[in-house]
Amino acid sequence: MEAVFGNFDVYLAGFGLTIGLAVVSGVLSLLLGLLLAAARVGPVPVLARAAGLYVTLFRNTPLLVVFIFIAIALPRIGITFQSIEVIAVGDYNVSAFFVRAVVALTLYTSAFVCEAIRSGINAVPVGQAEAARAIGLDFGQVMRLVVLPQAARAVVPPMASVFIALTKNTSIAAAFGIAEAAATMRRFTNDNADQRVEIFLLVALGYIVIVEAIAFSSYALERRWKVAR
Amino acid sequence: MTAEAAHESGQIQAGRGEPLVVLDGVDKWYGSLHVLQDINLTITRGEVVVVIGPSGSGKSTLCRTINRLETIGQGSITLDGQPLPAEGKALANLRAEVGMVFQSFNLFAHKTILENVTLGPIRVRKQSKDDAEKLAMSLLERVGIAHQAQKYPAQLSGGQQQRVAIARALAMEPKVMLFDEPTSALDPEMIKEVLDVMVDLAQRGMTMVVVTHEMGFARTAADRVVFMADGAIAEENTPEEFFTNPRTERAQDFLGKILKH
Repeated sequence: MEAVFGNFDVYLAGFGLTIGLAVVSGVLSLLLGLLLAAARVGPVPVLARAAGLYVTLFRNTPLLVVFIFIAIALPRIGITFQSIEVIAVGDYNVSAFFVRAVVALTLYTSAFVCEAIRSGINAVPVGQAEAARAIGLDFGQVMRLVVLPQAARAVVPPMASVFIALTKNTSIAAAFGIAEAAATMRRFTNDNADQRVEIFLLVALGYIVIVEAIAFSSYALERRWKVAR
Repeated sequence: MTAEAAHESGQIQAGRGEPLVVLDGVDKWYGSLHVLQDINLTITRGEVVVVIGPSGSGKSTLCRTINRLETIGQGSITLDGQPLPAEGKALANLRAEVGMVFQSFNLFAHKTILENVTLGPIRVRKQSKDDAEKLAMSLLERVGIAHQAQKYPAQLSGGQQQRVAIARALAMEPKVMLFDEPTSALDPEMIKEVLDVMVDLAQRGMTMVVVTHEMGFARTAADRVVFMADGAIAEENTPEEFFTNPRTERAQDFLGKILKH
């Protein structure tokens, strides 16, 4: 216990980074996944096939391989994301390590987000989209005004699972230069080999708190977005 | 004259008798199934055409090709002289001119009755919210649902939902209204309330294509009956002639089956 509570600021900073990675990658995955899903169900065959290929590629690749590609292979051909370090917001500037981790997590997670949204779109009766088209709405309006709002509710449970997986997947960033929760745990256990069990349990507890927060938010949203049929 | 006033007085009779919807040599296949076979049909302005026939005869498919919810394999369809656009903004604009009422109502489940009717006018016709709501309320008044404007579709009966669906289509001020078996999903006691609205619409001069099994509606409101069988138009006739003295054997056989009870 002493190892963690004696350095509680380090423990919190680690989970702060974990949450930071999860939130930034989560928001970006949501946006990219939404675009991919729209492309997959949309009327343009080229886009539908491209989005399908993207999902196949990133859903079938282990996240660790994606990380290695972004963090080790891309810098070989000159893509290091280091230019981002020059940009400062206030007196805070993002490290290239953080950006690489976000890129890897977003590429990987958006494939799952796309499929979760697509399952929600498929859950909306086809007559809803037909009626929307019949009054003259274009594809974007049909999606935005009629299909997606109704798909949202069906999407909440699978989407919560995707974001929970994302939260835990951020731990892979520990191997790529980010002092997030898993890296912090390793540091604690290296320094305090006699307290390993307590350290493991306290770090697990941190993850449980984050994951439960996501789960409870999803239950609340599910109730709020209930569409009567 | 405002759109609202035009609706109220029902002045949509201008140019009555000119061809409005023209289907010329239309064929459609589902794989090897020839669902529409060389359909030639002209619907004139102000005309009420009832399409009847056994299930699987292609009558719903025919109806849905007119606003291109179904594509066609061959032939051409024109609305007001313009061929139907294949896709994109032009197709959306065409659909705005063609009202459609579905068998399963298809009201937007997450929107109130009022929002269902105002969505098209606001988003497609770019009307202000106030104007759209005024128009919507006058239409809901006309179909007898005005007092339920703030409810959601699931809170209404089937007949009420279908009347809202008619109001939703009318709010776009369509040139022609398509009805795809509008009463087939309704309980018997609700059929009349929907048919009454449709008869009223026909009397105001709306051009209508109605796929239905309601022979009573065909008799009272139709100018012409189109009888389909096996994907082709087997007979076109006045309702009078069709019901009392059908020319084709297929039609005689069909009427013999449905009018016996």
